[in-house]
Amino acid sequence: MSVLTRSADLAGAATAAPAGAARRMRWWTPYAFLAPYLLLFAVFMVLPIGFGFWTSLHEWDISLPAKPFVGLEHYTELFDPASVDGSRFWMAMRATGVFTVASVPLLILLPLLVALLMNGRFRGRNVYRAVYFAPYVLGVAVVGFVWRYLLDGNIGLVDHYLGLDVQWTTDVPPAWIALVGVTVWWTLGLNAVIFLAGLQDIPRELYEAAMVDGAGPLARFRAVTLPGLRPVTVFVVNATILASANMFGQSYLITSGAPADQTKTAIYLIAETGLRQFDMGTASAMSFILAGFLMCASALVFGAFRDRSKP
Amino acid sequence: MTAAPAARRVRRALLHLVLAVVAALYISPLVYMLLTSFKTREGAGSTEPQWIPSPATTGAYREILNSPDSPILTWFANSLIAATGHAVLVLLTAAPAAYALARLRFRGRSAIFTVVVATLFVPPVVLLIPNFLIVNELSWVDSLPAVIVPAAAGGFGVFFLRQFFLTLPGELEEAAELDGCNRWQIFTAIALPLARPALVTLFLLSFLTNWNDFLWPIYVLLSPDSLTLPAGLGNFQSANNIRYDLLMAGAVIASLPVILLYLAAQRWVIEGISRSGLKG
Repeated sequence: MSVLTRSADLAGAATAAPAGAARRMRWWTPYAFLAPYLLLFAVFMVLPIGFGFWTSLHEWDISLPAKPFVGLEHYTELFDPASVDGSRFWMAMRATGVFTVASVPLLILLPLLVALLMNGRFRGRNVYRAVYFAPYVLGVAVVGFVWRYLLDGNIGLVDHYLGLDVQWTTDVPPAWIALVGVTVWWTLGLNAVIFLAGLQDIPRELYEAAMVDGAGPLARFRAVTLPGLRPVTVFVVNATILASANMFGQSYLITSGAPADQTKTAIYLIAETGLRQFDMGTASAMSFILAGFLMCASALVFGAFRDRSKP
Repeated sequence: MTAAPAARRVRRALLHLVLAVVAALYISPLVYMLLTSFKTREGAGSTEPQWIPSPATTGAYREILNSPDSPILTWFANSLIAATGHAVLVLLTAAPAAYALARLRFRGRSAIFTVVVATLFVPPVVLLIPNFLIVNELSWVDSLPAVIVPAAAGGFGVFFLRQFFLTLPGELEEAAELDGCNRWQIFTAIALPLARPALVTLFLLSFLTNWNDFLWPIYVLLSPDSLTLPAGLGNFQSANNIRYDLLMAGAVIASLPVILLYLAAQRWVIEGISRSGLKG
């Protein structure tokens, strides 16, 4: 998380600012600057975290006046794979897991490759960068429609040019290949520009020093590029896992969860359960379990990429 | 000796050829979307791929613009109001807060900053259900404030601008203070103008994110006249038994503003995203 470390350095510099600045200020001035944001933050960030957990402890239907307290019942039911909610939930968690495991490695390696190519000096570099990034500025709705068309089992270009007759939107595993492929096409540029920024932050002298020591291109990559990219990589891996684990639109628009809910992801099920069937207690409990998994994944990523050269 | 530069030139040309072909393939789905929006219903549904629309027609556009089931101009206006309103709200709230956290000293500063940064690591899925209930309490369900306001509570804008304010030199502020400016005057007259690049980037990122948002609007906006463009097109797909000519025309209309914004401000967008990291 290079951004965080960078800002920590700067925080040190700011506290060294002269005390004169603070002298003329009324004590409430800083709080007045903060108030509008903190109001939003309290109502739509802090309150919902607590309120969501509270909801998960109740039988909560928005249309019913009675919202009886049920304690951890939703959680115990969800952790029982034999129950109705439990079996649906773990199937959706499985779908989220399959998608995350299949998409994250591709969304790290391919963008890294593109970034390494783009890091060279050649004409038209910025044009290529703009092309690879372009799909990302489009929303998932546009991306979903376009690929639904291209992947159509009867008239789609993908089947036509590959000479196949595959039902990409209604059959697994083809649907997983389609969903992962579309996501890679859509967001590859995002990770590539972040890696590219990371590459450009590596001091040129390090490469020159390695060259003086007689290191070839591969040795330079291993000794300079990879360690230099570590902070950016931690961030990209983490953000990509979170994004993949929150995949919704592709599944909603391209497969509609087909076949038989096998590609219905956890967040899709949570939204349907809470905001279509209005079983908000169960949906909140699901979201806390999913969040728990995501936070464990983040902790694992930070642990795996910890800088072992520092105490 | 003369062979070496020639070989390098050939290698260079080959590399460029490969890059150009891959880039063309990469962008081809979007080209096909644009071309299909000018096809007839039969052309769009043909089993033999049709790249050049024959006959070319603006029929799909006329049909969706005039259909009472798809008030696409209303959706467009809703999206424009929502995305602009959201981006303005982010700037109005995040800029003073970020300035205070970066440049003023007061009790609780580091505690507040720590809490705001900590929420960047909270998976947004836990906010989905409770924020719907809160928006419902405020009677905002099915109206634009629901898609404008709650997302502005995210810590990203504050975090992003604070980093920028930290880099400003302190001398300017001190000079203004000696001239008798108060804190608010220093903020508006000195800090904000200097922060213009960061403010523009944050505005663009907030606008794009809001314009493209899909999950939240499809659940929180309900009646046809209050939908944003992506949410409206999402319903449209299920309602129309997949008319690809219409769907592609709708997709082009939904893409146009962000593509234009991207072409006009490409460097700001890419550099903003790649340097700030935390978006996405």
